Amino acid sequence: MASPDRGRPGEQMSQQTLLRVVAKMTIPFILVFGVYVILHGEIGPGGGFQGGVILAAAFILYGLVFGADELRRRIPPPIIDACMALGALFYASVGLASLLRGGTFLDYGMLKPHHAGDGEALGMSLVEYGVGLTVCSVMVTIYLMISERRSTIRPGEEGL
Amino acid sequence: MINPILVLDVFLLLLVAATAIAVISVRSLFSATILAGIYSLLMALVWTNMHALDVAFTEASVGAGISTILLLGALVLTKRFAKKEATVHVPALLICVITGLVLIYGTIDMPKFGDPNAPIHTHRVPRLVQQQVGKHETAAPRDKGHAHEGHPDDDFNGHAPNTVTSLLAAYRGYDTMFETAVIFVAGISLLLLLRRRREGDPGVVASSPADRNGPREGRGRETEGSRS
Repeated sequence: MASPDRGRPGEQMSQQTLLRVVAKMTIPFILVFGVYVILHGEIGPGGGFQGGVILAAAFILYGLVFGADELRRRIPPPIIDACMALGALFYASVGLASLLRGGTFLDYGMLKPHHAGDGEALGMSLVEYGVGLTVCSVMVTIYLMISERRSTIRPGEEGL
Repeated sequence: MINPILVLDVFLLLLVAATAIAVISVRSLFSATILAGIYSLLMALVWTNMHALDVAFTEASVGAGISTILLLGALVLTKRFAKKEATVHVPALLICVITGLVLIYGTIDMPKFGDPNAPIHTHRVPRLVQQQVGKHETAAPRDKGHAHEGHPDDDFNGHAPNTVTSLLAAYRGYDTMFETAVIFVAGISLLLLLRRRREGDPGVVASSPADRNGPREGRGRETEGSRS
């Protein structure tokens, strides 16, 4: 059952039952692990960068098996673009928050003035979430951009 | 008395070197991509052997995971085999060998691996590990915090136990922030360069119907033309 449209590997792959079933089974676990790595960045090995990459790997696996267009339908690109900016913005705003509380930029101790140690841990966690968000969305964007075939959308064609 | 960890290290590094040579000598691009992934996985094992868990984690997730997937995605768009390479380029080989020798010469001055008297273990890191270093004189006074309630095993007093994260996120917070900014800018420039645009939008030339069902080879030039 060779598909006539050989240029679209995503569509071919989504025909394979084994891949679909295995991907559907593993993606939730990858997502949970990615979130775990981001949330436990200041306790165990890992952090925002690694966790964000693992999260992105789950989305990219979905895109590889079910096709990039399907991934674009599930997560609209405007949301991914917004997340890219929001992560970096979140990092900077944590720094601004400590500035407004009377400390220097990114002095997390000021987030909880009476318990600088706790504030430090809190600030580091928040900052890691921002890094994770940006890294994850940029990696998904790289995949989506690579998987595109043409640079223009023709009239009458389904858009993004 | 042979150190078993050293033996494991040498064995892993030999495997890494063999994989690296295989990556550049194999002509099938698919094999090269998978071998590059294996290379990263072996490097992750080397880092783990050196107790650099965060580096190993990054190597495994980025090197073996994402970059392999992205290379596979790029492979779909190209041919399956690399072109036949010319014979060895002597000047390039000489430059590589000389650079390598200079780098090895540079490592002679470094303290021995795991030496407790190395400057990095005596100078500033002990205070950093205690996490008593503020950014500035006006920084919030470092106290011991209070133990998390309901966590009897938590003896970190609210500090971040992972020293690597506390170095990256707090001590070098500016650095990490601008690293995030660099990743963000990379994403933005990718969008500016490669985002699909609708025909008829300002700056996008409409293609003629004759181009649409043209041969595959024509497609590249057509997109080139529609962009300029």
